[in-house]
This record gives sequence, C-alpha cells and structure tokens, in this order.
Amino acid sequence: MKKKDGILLLFLILAAVALIVVPLILQRGADFSGSDDAGSDTVGQIDQGYTPWVTPILEQFLGGEMPPELESLMFCIQTGIGVGVIMFFTGRFVERRKQEKLREEEKNKKT
Amino acid sequence: MKKREQAAFSLSLLPALAALLAGSAGAMHIMEGYLPVGHCILWGAVSLPFFVLGFFRIRKSLEANRKNIVMLAICGAYVFLLSSLKIPSVTGSCSHMTGTGLAAVLFGPSVTTVLGVIVLIFQAILLAHGGLTTLGANTFSMAIAGPLLSWAIYRLFGKLRWNRRFGVFLAAFLGDLFTYCVTSFQLAWAYPSEVGGIPASAVKFLAVFAPTQLPLAVLEGVLTVIILVVFENYAQNELESIGYRAEVRP
Repeated sequence: MKKKDGILLLFLILAAVALIVVPLILQRGADFSGSDDAGSDTVGQIDQGYTPWVTPILEQFLGGEMPPELESLMFCIQTGIGVGVIMFFTGRFVERRKQEKLREEEKNKKT
Repeated sequence: MKKREQAAFSLSLLPALAALLAGSAGAMHIMEGYLPVGHCILWGAVSLPFFVLGFFRIRKSLEANRKNIVMLAICGAYVFLLSSLKIPSVTGSCSHMTGTGLAAVLFGPSVTTVLGVIVLIFQAILLAHGGLTTLGANTFSMAIAGPLLSWAIYRLFGKLRWNRRFGVFLAAFLGDLFTYCVTSFQLAWAYPSEVGGIPASAVKFLAVFAPTQLPLAVLEGVLTVIILVVFENYAQNELESIGYRAEVRP
C-alpha cells in the first residue's frame, strides 16, 4: 500500500470510530431505539387509529413478535455474511499482491 | 442489449406505464403493512424496470469478464453489511446505513437495484424488517433513488475531473440522505396531514429521519472511501475490468 494512502486510511478509520462514539458520549442515557419505529409512531400521530393491514411473514410464522435475541441473531447473520464475503476477497487480494512482489524480486535477482 | 433483452425490458415497463396512467390513488424501510395497497403496487411497478435492466447489466458485465463477479459479490456484501448495522446517532436513536453507494459508483444504479432487492427480501422475510408488501417502495428509495443520485454525483466529479475520492464520499453521503428523503415523501404521500397535506406530512417524517441519518450518512461516505482506497491498492485489475480507473487521478 502506498504510504500516503495508509495515512489517509488511518485518518478515515479514526473518523469513522469518532462518528459512532461521539453520539454515545453526547447522548448518555438515551435509549437508542430504531428510527424505523419512530417512523411508524409518526404514522400513528398523523393518522390515529391506523393499524397495519398485514403482519410480517416471520411474525405470522412465529405467532407473535420476534424475540429480541432472535432478532439480534438474524442481524448478526446478515453482518456475518457481509463481512465474510468482503474479508475473504480482500484477504486474497492482499496475499496475491504479496506473492506478485516476491516473484518480481526473484526475477530481478536472477537477471 | 440483445433483442430478447430489449423485449423483456420493454415488457417490464408496461406495469410502470399502466400504473402511472391509472394515476393510482393516491424508514428507511417502511414497515410491513404501512402503505396502502395502491401505493405498494405503484412503487413495485415503478421499480420493476430498473430491476430487469440491472439483471441484464449484470449478465453483460459477467459475459465481458467472468471475474467481475468478485467485485459484484463484494458490492452485494457491502450492502448486506452496512444495512445490518444499527448505529447510534446524535439524536439518541439508532438507524442504519444503506451501503448502496459502493455498488452505484462501481456498477451503476440498475445493478445496485438488483443487489438492494436481495438484501430487502432477506430483511423482510428473516428479520421482519421492512416488508414484502412495501418491498417496491423500499426498493425505490434505497435501491433506485439513492443509487441514482450517487451515480450522478460520481459521474459529475469524473466529468469535471475533480478529486475522485471526495466524489465517492459525496456520492455515498448524499445517496444515503436522499434515500431517507424519498422514504419520507413516500410515507407522506400515504399519510398526508389533515392540515397542510402531503408537504406538511413530509416535513414531519423528515424531522424524524433526517437528524438521525445525517451523521450516519457521513459515516457511510467515510466507509465507502475506505473500502475503495483498499481496493485501489490491492485490486487494480478487478477495478479496471469494471471500468474504474484508479490511476486516473486529477
């Protein structure tokens, strides 16, 4: 990796961490609920007495709300699939670059 | 595009046209059952042509170079990853990113639509997040409107020869925000306020989503630049094969 890019990456990663941590410090004690639910609540404010006309297929299957543990498991599976695929290929890319460099050096030695 | 593909694409346009002509009654993920049937069908019909077009684009790209599937898989995985993370925001509530910026920049908006639909179906069925009836509306906001804007911004930066990385940041950042704006509009259209109608209602929904989403959109921009910088260094061949030239930097 180019040195300039390395420094940029470090800076960007720090910025990303800060973006997640700062809200936690600013809003200590907040419940950090989902804003998708807030959307549904706003619907309730505008149109009182609105009830959704279908329930999610999984809730029908489970016969009720999804338990929070199961929900976090499902979210983890989704994250896992994403990270797995990205990191598998990134690992291959990085290792490939290493091998290419090694081979080039060997060639230069011989000639 | 081949003849048969053209025919299929035109066919997929029909429901969209029909829906527009009929002048249908009128969260990031809108929850299951929160849109009237007419809206569900309308958004689904509008989204369908993009999906079909994206399908053909993917096939064309893979025919040109089989190995493009690696970058495609990474883009899909990126949407999976980012839309699964609930991130705390300054307003004291959580929301999640879209992750569609990367695919929009690398492959264009219609391919992103296909990737987005896969993720939305996954979330609708397995997570009770979003919904099958609102799939069309969510597809339009997250996998069509947002990526279209991202792609346009990225292209504009390319044309003007401005800094590519900053272009990628802006593309991902504004694409994410725009997704939520469209969601607000979709909800407002379905639930106009008694006083002020659709605009007043849209402002109400935006007030819920926008402040929470702003820092997350910045985060999405930062993450997208990070992953692209890594690939510019380690996967030049793959990037070049899909038309992204890392070395042409202003």
